[in-house]
Amino acid sequence: MGIRMFRRLFALLAALAVSAALAQGAAEERKLANGLRVIVKEDHRAPTVVHMVWYVAGSMDEVSGESGVAHVLEHMMFKGTKTVKSGVFSRRIAAAGGRENAFTNRDYTAYFQQVPKAALPQMMQLEADRMSNLLVTEAEFSREIKVVMEERRLRTEDQPHALVSEALNATAYFAHPYRRPVIGWMNDLENMSYHDARNWYARWYVPNNAFVVVVGDVKAEEVFALAQKYYGRIKARPLPERKPQLEPEQRGARRLVVKAPAELPYLLMGWKCPVLRDVDKDWQPYALEVLAGVLDGNESARLNQSLVRNSRIASSVGAGYDATARGPGMCYLDGTPSQGRSAAELETGLRAELARLVEGGVSAEELDRVKAQVVASQIFKRDSIFGQAMEIAQFETAGLSHQDIDRVLERIKAVSAEQVRAVAKQYFVDDDLTVVVLEPQPLDRATPRPAPPGVRH
Amino acid sequence: MARDVNNDGKNLVRLVLAAALWVAACAAQAALPIQHWTTSSGARVYFVESRSIPMLDINVDFDAGGRRVPADKAGLGGLTHALVKAGSAARSEEEISRRIADVGALLGGSVDRDRAGLSLRTLSSERERAQALATLAEILQTPAFPEAAFAREKARLVDAVKEDETKPDAIASKAFYRLLYGTHPYALAPTRETVLRIERADVEGFYRANYVAGRAVVTILGDADRSLAERIAEQLTAGLPRAPGAPAPLPAVNQPTGQTLRMAHPASQSHILLGLPAMTRDDPDYFPLLVGNYVLGGGGFVSRLYLEVREKRGYAYSVYSYFLPLAQEGPFQVGLQTKKEQAEEALARVRIVLDEFLARGPSAAELKAAKQNLVGGFALRIDSNRKLLEQVALIAYYRLPLAWLDDFTARVAKVSVADVRAAFARRVRADHLVTVVVGSGEK
Repeated sequence: MGIRMFRRLFALLAALAVSAALAQGAAEERKLANGLRVIVKEDHRAPTVVHMVWYVAGSMDEVSGESGVAHVLEHMMFKGTKTVKSGVFSRRIAAAGGRENAFTNRDYTAYFQQVPKAALPQMMQLEADRMSNLLVTEAEFSREIKVVMEERRLRTEDQPHALVSEALNATAYFAHPYRRPVIGWMNDLENMSYHDARNWYARWYVPNNAFVVVVGDVKAEEVFALAQKYYGRIKARPLPERKPQLEPEQRGARRLVVKAPAELPYLLMGWKCPVLRDVDKDWQPYALEVLAGVLDGNESARLNQSLVRNSRIASSVGAGYDATARGPGMCYLDGTPSQGRSAAELETGLRAELARLVEGGVSAEELDRVKAQVVASQIFKRDSIFGQAMEIAQFETAGLSHQDIDRVLERIKAVSAEQVRAVAKQYFVDDDLTVVVLEPQPLDRATPRPAPPGVRH
Repeated sequence: MARDVNNDGKNLVRLVLAAALWVAACAAQAALPIQHWTTSSGARVYFVESRSIPMLDINVDFDAGGRRVPADKAGLGGLTHALVKAGSAARSEEEISRRIADVGALLGGSVDRDRAGLSLRTLSSERERAQALATLAEILQTPAFPEAAFAREKARLVDAVKEDETKPDAIASKAFYRLLYGTHPYALAPTRETVLRIERADVEGFYRANYVAGRAVVTILGDADRSLAERIAEQLTAGLPRAPGAPAPLPAVNQPTGQTLRMAHPASQSHILLGLPAMTRDDPDYFPLLVGNYVLGGGGFVSRLYLEVREKRGYAYSVYSYFLPLAQEGPFQVGLQTKKEQAEEALARVRIVLDEFLARGPSAAELKAAKQNLVGGFALRIDSNRKLLEQVALIAYYRLPLAWLDDFTARVAKVSVADVRAAFARRVRADHLVTVVVGSGEK
């Protein structure tokens, strides 16, 4: 049985190979009457499919005292509906040969299955069921909230770098809900009830606040018909008002120290930066993407070459920027000083690299190098249907369209050296900066370690 | 692991890597068209032609992992691997990384207890491919190990080792391997002392003795025909060091004495590991152990450990079991993290689940569910060039049958409840189980 199946798979692949090589089709979109958007990208290289449901509700939609509820509800989504008992959802996906998971972020909560293509209708049936029929019981909640607290201990409480990142967000944002951690503050988790989770579900889990992405060995028209059959019967409901909660202008640099058991210090710097709102009119986000590439896009990029390889101030360094988000943007630099070097020395080194950019600009060679990587990544991404689905979904969540993906890449390729210099000058300014330093503490608190030289308090 | 909070998107990467596929250009002897030959220098080559995306993936692996390193210089394998990229006879480290980046290629690699390897992903168009491959060939065959890069990488490794000494998961893992493997090289992990002892000449010597043509394994997958693949394999291996004969034999892996090690740590959670040396890559018990472990702790959100430890009692976010097959008996490992106050209760529950499974094996229904997932989901193991490359590189390095993937589902389907029970009884003997608890005792 197994072997027969496998040979069929190969025959299929051989037959599809030629057309797959020619057609790298665009995604197609259909909107159901209840407001649910369905986006399908055909990719026939393997007889598998990825099915995702994204809800545009993440931690940024939470309010104080209920931080973490978006993520807790994500866990509760596996705990059963009126007709599918707790645990059955996952057993059915496993029986279909599938893999599944879910993830919550500031901007969204997403669920996915990777399955042999024949299982797609069943996946839609299961997701449609839990879109409208979830049961959130006190008994299931009381067990699962403990799991979430263990998750917070594992991924944040006992992870010094995660504590630094949490502290940066809580400090850089006074008003905007990005100040709260996605996993939630521990005290909020301790005081959460199943009512909170149930209310969250009732508010946000509606078809008009969600979209479905399917990528793989499917026909778009057939997927639209399946979506109509399973998701089409769910009724739309009005969404709660979303308050803008815009962050007031920052008036001066913010600095803080986090103490945690560790060996080496760690430095994280974040500057307020714009994100992409208008694909045609905006240009700064594209220039910031290229800037991040010049600083940290490859091993010979400026930060690694200068601070790790040449001066050896750092054991590791990085730069980060994400142009797509529902909320405000941030440009990051981070790094771990080498043994004997301080976070302050590393900060000086990073600032010197920024100054070099503003004064000297970037060379044509560096610009070409970043663009070569953009070009190659457009080819490489075709190796992953999961990655393609993620890209589509992240554009959609940020209020852009999946149809903008190629346009955005073209605009990144068109960025000039002068634009890179201009954004370095405009956005990497002290008044918009938040700096967090990890001050390592000894494991044995009985013998405190002397503070390393130069760490600011 | 499960149901992620994803603050920055990076966590997703490990879940990602999905789908594409190779073209079954010509089915050779096996249904899976892995072509195999040996280069003029003696390197073994494995090639799968796949023309649907204009790109090429190449892996070059050596028997140069941790097991080939002398005990007093643990860390030498990883250091040598890192320094191969740090400059060639003709070019500086910076020039090397620029030449790779200029054509949009990705140069990576990994080193574990058995293998050390470099991997390259490049566009298959002439200019890009030629420059990326020439650079890979150059660093593999004429690494310069510059003094400055050596000093830097050595210092970075010391930094990393010291940082690891503060992390409960790293502390637990190192102690676990030490207790499982005793004096066998699989027990080795770098310490400050062993790394500080390493000289530049050691790196050069380790490279000369282990990055050798006769023990190189080249895996090529992507947009190339056979004759191009042959040229690539020659280009990458013709100038590798030659070493006469086989490498020194390694000692046998002995079963450890069952014991429990508890270590203090200020973290809020205890990190708990249980296990013993269990399975080789070509193990006759591979399939019964694979299927059985799916039921015990391998199968995502449906395993017994998941249900009993997480779902019913909320003890842990992550709880799992796996077999890591190696050239010699690799570990069977059960792991979880739980808040300190309940560590002993959680550990006791894990033992109940494990003992029960060892005594009775899976139920008929559990066995059926495991097979449904492993057989039905087989396509998901190979539905991208990246995933298939990993599988073919394993077949290549461990000299598994070329038809290993073709036979996979049939061999899973044949496993019975009795097979699972017998294989676990042979391989997981409770009196040899090692338990490590980091973050124990103290509040």
